[in-house]
Amino acid sequence: MALGLGCSSRPGTSRANRTGSWRTFRPVFLHDKCTKCGLCVSVCPEGCVVADSEGIPEPDYDYCKGCGLCAEECPAGAIEMQKEEK
Amino acid sequence: MMEIMEGSHAVANAVRMCRPQVIAAYPITPQTHIVEALAEMVADCRLDAEYITVESEFSALSACLGASAAGSRVYSATTSQGLALMFEVCFNTAGLRLPVVMSIVNRALGAPLSIWNDQQDSIALRDSGWLQFYAEDNQEATDLHYVAYRVAEDRRVLLPAFVCFDGYILSHTYEPVEMLTEEQVDRYLPKYRPVHRLDSADPISIGLFASPDYYTEFRYQIDQAVKGSMQVIREAGRQFGEMFGRDYASPVEEYRMDDADCAIVAMGSICGTAKDAIDEMRKEGRKAGLLRIRTFRPFPAEEVRKALSGVSSVAVLDKNISLGSKGAVALEVRDALYGSGVPVLDYIIALGGRDVAKKDIKSVVDMAAAGKGDLFYGLREEVLR
Repeated sequence: MALGLGCSSRPGTSRANRTGSWRTFRPVFLHDKCTKCGLCVSVCPEGCVVADSEGIPEPDYDYCKGCGLCAEECPAGAIEMQKEEK
Repeated sequence: MMEIMEGSHAVANAVRMCRPQVIAAYPITPQTHIVEALAEMVADCRLDAEYITVESEFSALSACLGASAAGSRVYSATTSQGLALMFEVCFNTAGLRLPVVMSIVNRALGAPLSIWNDQQDSIALRDSGWLQFYAEDNQEATDLHYVAYRVAEDRRVLLPAFVCFDGYILSHTYEPVEMLTEEQVDRYLPKYRPVHRLDSADPISIGLFASPDYYTEFRYQIDQAVKGSMQVIREAGRQFGEMFGRDYASPVEEYRMDDADCAIVAMGSICGTAKDAIDEMRKEGRKAGLLRIRTFRPFPAEEVRKALSGVSSVAVLDKNISLGSKGAVALEVRDALYGSGVPVLDYIIALGGRDVAKKDIKSVVDMAAAGKGDLFYGLREEVLR
């Protein structure tokens, strides 16, 4: 996103502005353990975990802050938090 | 037309002719006469502006920020504690790139409480992103307001500006001032046309949150704009000279510097006294000169280096002190001269309204020649016991 003069911008920047850079830990989804229960999709406070047409969840790292809620709640232990390398 | 006017009234008159659409200010000594005069002009319909009365300086500048963001030309004035109360809004105004022009009638900062003059107040805001101009006399204090609006509103700049002049010494002194006419000001200062503004019909957000991915770049852009404003200041100052005969193209003024051995560096009204002292020293065969800083932000390091590279000593008169370090002007001058080998000595002087006479200037030059400096000048040892 190009910088707007005087920190200004048109409406809608919440989507355009990628906020995932805050992350210190990134959730890594281990699909072989996943039971497609969908809990991670519903607990994500950013709404950035989305299940595909087959029910397989994947986080959107552009917006994921790495809070770890999905990993904490995953009953199958299929989400690992790994240190973010920048 | 040349008129004998109080400094504050000359400035208020100049501001009127700049046609600000919104004025928000809170009265504080020694700035009061300016905003009092402007309030009267608005009440008498001699100035078509919205005059917002507020309960504090924080609100005054906040109102100016909002009005400027909505696309108006705005004006405020303050000093000392009032400016200190605006601290947060000052940084935001610059960051939001809003070309507010504000008169700073320089006064000391508490504690201890002092209503008298020094330049600590505006110097304390040197890192805020506001352009800073310092006037030597009331003519310049008046003219710099036209120049400040021209520069601040230039699309290559878009930054707020302080026009600083010494409290009482200038603000309350009657001097001859050549006032421009409204037609002349209109020719020099075009209408403000904002790049964008807050408009409900075409909404934008300003003052956004910037994550670590963006903050540095925003600050870089502001810094580039402050530095880049020097070129615009030169152009606007030169054009003012071409139109009205008083040239402000250079961010510094050199006085008898051609063959100077010891150079005094200073800002504001103290330079008038320094010039007289230099004239007397010249008669005595002593080669002293003055480099007056008119534009402190952006700092004219190039001009300073050029002017001072040949001298054997530099004495900086600082009407401020960065406690625990040195005066702000000396730090800048030393930085500009880094590696040149020219010794720069600092003299903290004229704080809280203490008078400076020609003999004090001469005494500083003597001390600098003897290599004695980096001190508070004229300390009264008897009260320190």
